Amino acid sequence: MEAIVEKKYTYKDFESDQEVRWCPGCDDYVILRSMQKALPEMGVKKEEVVFVSGIGCSSRFPYYMNTYGMHSIHGRAPGIASGIKLANPKLSVWVMTGDGDAMAIGGNHFIHVLRRNIDLNIVLFNNEIYGLTKGQFSPTSVVGQKTKSSPYGNTQPPFNPGELALGANARFFARIGGNVPKDISQILVEAHKFKGTSLIEVLQNCVIFNDGCYNNITNKDVKEDKQIYLEHGKPMIFGKNRDKGLILNKLKLEVVTIGENGITEADILVHNAKEKDPTMHQMLVRLEYPVATGIIRSFDDVTLEEREDALTKQVKANSKFTKTNDLFFSGEIYMVN
Amino acid sequence: MITEKLKLQPEVLEAVVIRFVGDSGDGMQLTGTQFSDTSAMFGNDIATFPNYPSEIRAPQGSLYGVSGFQVHIGSVEVSTPGDNLDLLVAMNPAGLKTNLYALKPGHTIIVDTDAFNKKNLEKAQYDTNPLEDHSLDNYRVIQVDMTSLTKEALKNVEGLDNKAITRSKNMFALGMVYWMYGRAKEHTIDFFNKKFKTKPHLIESNTKVLNAGYYFAETLELIPNAYTISPAKMPSGTYRVIMGNTATAWGFLAAAEKSGLELFLGSYPITPATDILHEMVKHKHFGVKAFQAEDEIAGIASAIGAAFAGDLAITTTSGPGLALKGEALGLAMIMELPLVVVNVQRGGPSTGLPTKTEQSDLMQAMYGRNGESPVIVIAASTPANCFNFAFQAAKLALEHMTPVILLTDGYIANGSAPWKIQSMEELPEIKNNITKTAYENWQPYTRNEDTLARNWGIPGTPGLEHRIGGLEKDSVTGNVNQAPENHEKMTKIRAEKVKRVQNYIPEIKTEFADSGDLLVVGWGGTYGSLHSAVKQVNLEGYKNIGFAHFNYINPLPKNTEALFKRFKKILVCELNNGQFVNILRMNFNGFEFLQFNKIQGLPFGNNELLDEFKKLVK
Ligand SMILES: Cc1ncc(C[n+]2csc(CCOP(=O)(O)OP(=O)(O)O)c2C)c(N)n1
Ligand code: SF4
Ligand SMILES: [Mg+2]
Repeated sequence: MEAIVEKKYTYKDFESDQEVRWCPGCDDYVILRSMQKALPEMGVKKEEVVFVSGIGCSSRFPYYMNTYGMHSIHGRAPGIASGIKLANPKLSVWVMTGDGDAMAIGGNHFIHVLRRNIDLNIVLFNNEIYGLTKGQFSPTSVVGQKTKSSPYGNTQPPFNPGELALGANARFFARIGGNVPKDISQILVEAHKFKGTSLIEVLQNCVIFNDGCYNNITNKDVKEDKQIYLEHGKPMIFGKNRDKGLILNKLKLEVVTIGENGITEADILVHNAKEKDPTMHQMLVRLEYPVATGIIRSFDDVTLEEREDALTKQVKANSKFTKTNDLFFSGEIYMVN
Repeated sequence: MITEKLKLQPEVLEAVVIRFVGDSGDGMQLTGTQFSDTSAMFGNDIATFPNYPSEIRAPQGSLYGVSGFQVHIGSVEVSTPGDNLDLLVAMNPAGLKTNLYALKPGHTIIVDTDAFNKKNLEKAQYDTNPLEDHSLDNYRVIQVDMTSLTKEALKNVEGLDNKAITRSKNMFALGMVYWMYGRAKEHTIDFFNKKFKTKPHLIESNTKVLNAGYYFAETLELIPNAYTISPAKMPSGTYRVIMGNTATAWGFLAAAEKSGLELFLGSYPITPATDILHEMVKHKHFGVKAFQAEDEIAGIASAIGAAFAGDLAITTTSGPGLALKGEALGLAMIMELPLVVVNVQRGGPSTGLPTKTEQSDLMQAMYGRNGESPVIVIAASTPANCFNFAFQAAKLALEHMTPVILLTDGYIANGSAPWKIQSMEELPEIKNNITKTAYENWQPYTRNEDTLARNWGIPGTPGLEHRIGGLEKDSVTGNVNQAPENHEKMTKIRAEKVKRVQNYIPEIKTEFADSGDLLVVGWGGTYGSLHSAVKQVNLEGYKNIGFAHFNYINPLPKNTEALFKRFKKILVCELNNGQFVNILRMNFNGFEFLQFNKIQGLPFGNNELLDEFKKLVK
């Protein structure tokens, strides 16, 4: 638990002296500012925050934060962050990663970090493209997508990050557009509060190599009709007129209109992010219309550090060894004169 | 029941080499360990080497399922598990077939005749029974119906099934060998009492069988109690028998306590390094944080994270794992974080010979990374000094802010030997470069003038917030700086920092001769074999052969060149196709470095070394 800070930070306290070098108009700027604005809300001391990234445009992130940070190697940030957190559980540790970084080269680490449930936060900048290497398809690029390495269209079907994460037993998964800074900040604060590994997928627009890939989901004029922003305990209602909702029809989610065919608000499903069974969360992350955003899953579970800590205390209490000498001179020793 | 095909004069020996062999399930490792521990406590010097099949449960009786344990005990200094056997204890035909080559002519074999049945002979691919076809006439064969005698000894013990009964026949063999070498049984009986605390019938049965074997050997008086090996003259002190991998783990425990830092291990299982992980996970009472990661990359990544966060961070692996760690090691190197990477070498390339020993990862350790990426490379040379070099690796990493690769190998890692216990008070101090509190103008890349070690600012410390990473960094702030001059400057600083470690390591010493006709050079795990071979030629009258064994490889000790100048010929002996020799060629001009290499997954044999040395000084 981080101590509550007396001095109130502002976002400026979290700006580093390094010039930000993303392309103008890139959503990465939005995420950066959302983070700088979220941190003062978290009540965590600046020196207790660590950002760790891999390689990619998105992975430049730590350089721009006036906290501790490490820009590591491609795909390996989850391992590094795990080591940091296990070494010092007091720190607030953030992994900043791209779709390629997390799910191509780092795919193995990505699923294992989620499985273990260390109290880390992972922000996945999903632009469905490799930005830094100038525009090859990624594990989230859609079939048919024309990129520098798929000039005739991508033939490899993509991962849905939420589906993959829940399959790996992620306890916290949120999805949010890259153009809604306030919502991003709010979700970051919630992720910070959550004890366990939290994964936030940001639908991030790359203006250079995959511009507009989320236009029909995230654009201001369509967003309310195309997205369902989920909140724990609230009915799954969406649409500009708040008249659309989700019900369960056999084994599928179905979009209905409130007021039509005898449907009332009472028929609409209520979102339970804290449910242990991920079945409904899986259905939600797979929905193509509407696209589920907000905190989809937030299931409280024991963290790895808690298990480790309890075991260590128990072993310490039952052990006759406190110093290495005790061990070295224990058991079968003999004297030579 | 017992036939002695060849009577020999009893010998009085300073040292004997015994190998216990049998099926994987015959308990040979336990038998060998008991014999060697008992001998160590008796005061002998010992060296052991287990040899097990890479299959976990190979089919019973098969040639490749043979498990062996070799022990060398002496009243004199013993530095290897020995080449040629004085005694072979073979619990089945497959064991005899695969190990007979190592037995000295005229020496003794003890066999369990009950195991020499048609089925086992076929499995061992014997056309005729070697106990009957005179093929063993050149040895002294002691034939014992061990299985039957074990059953007989246990007929009144309750609660044992047939399997448990036959399983304890190894204790019959051990009892016999104890009597032959005048060893006391008490240590092993104590062991039973502890191990089977909750199963008293097993204490009773094992003790009975051990005694039965012991008295069997005594009563029949057919085995002369000829080999009285008196205690060795060893420096006085408190000892224990330790395995190389355990010693490595303990060296890190000691370094953590000495440095006042918490110990973190990130690792992924791989033979023959896994026992270090097995050992470290036991020590939660010291607060050891051992993390079994999803692969070697995550293993080193987690260690890098822990190092950044202020722990003494270790990652352990073997050759293929080091290959996977290469990129991350380069990251640790450019970020200048303290990190120890242990590589317990095995036969390569690729999966190679996973359970055999080799020294073929030296070049990988030196150069197996992209870019200019020097790290400290050191090598342990005996099972016991794995402790010291693990400690030293941690000390160098912390004091010089750089990754250190510690090389050991399957031979010393699995071998065991007496270790004169080093208490914490005897070990040197370990300093570190942690900045405890912020001060004006603190910079992460400000360096200690002598060592060039950079400041270590640890997350959680107010005012030291900074970012590091794999991109080239500014020489002071550590911020990204890819300017041409800066890159060249930083490359040179990182190289110089490693070079300066020369000022902090001991000079290389020679043994047996300080100048002369031939200098035998070795490094790492071959110390025992080379040392005993040079010692022997020296005793044979070759006073002009010296021996220099390297533990510090990058950087090399300062006086290396001066030493080489004092010898007419230099012979570099390695268990690879010539790696250290090429490092020497690269570093020192004007010498002709001769090389002697063995690439069979096996340690050097004494005779092959002697022949080579003598050829060169003729
Ligand atoms: C070992 C290694 N392989 C390949 C690369 C080249 N590389 C750098 S970033 C990248 C892809 C980045 O894509 P993503 O993670 O989606 O990040 P983005 O740039 O889109 O934010 C690749 C292939 C590298 N740096 N290291
Ligand atoms: S290439 Fe794309 S992802 Fe990278 S900075 Fe530019 S706009 Fe952003
Ligand atoms: Mg991307």
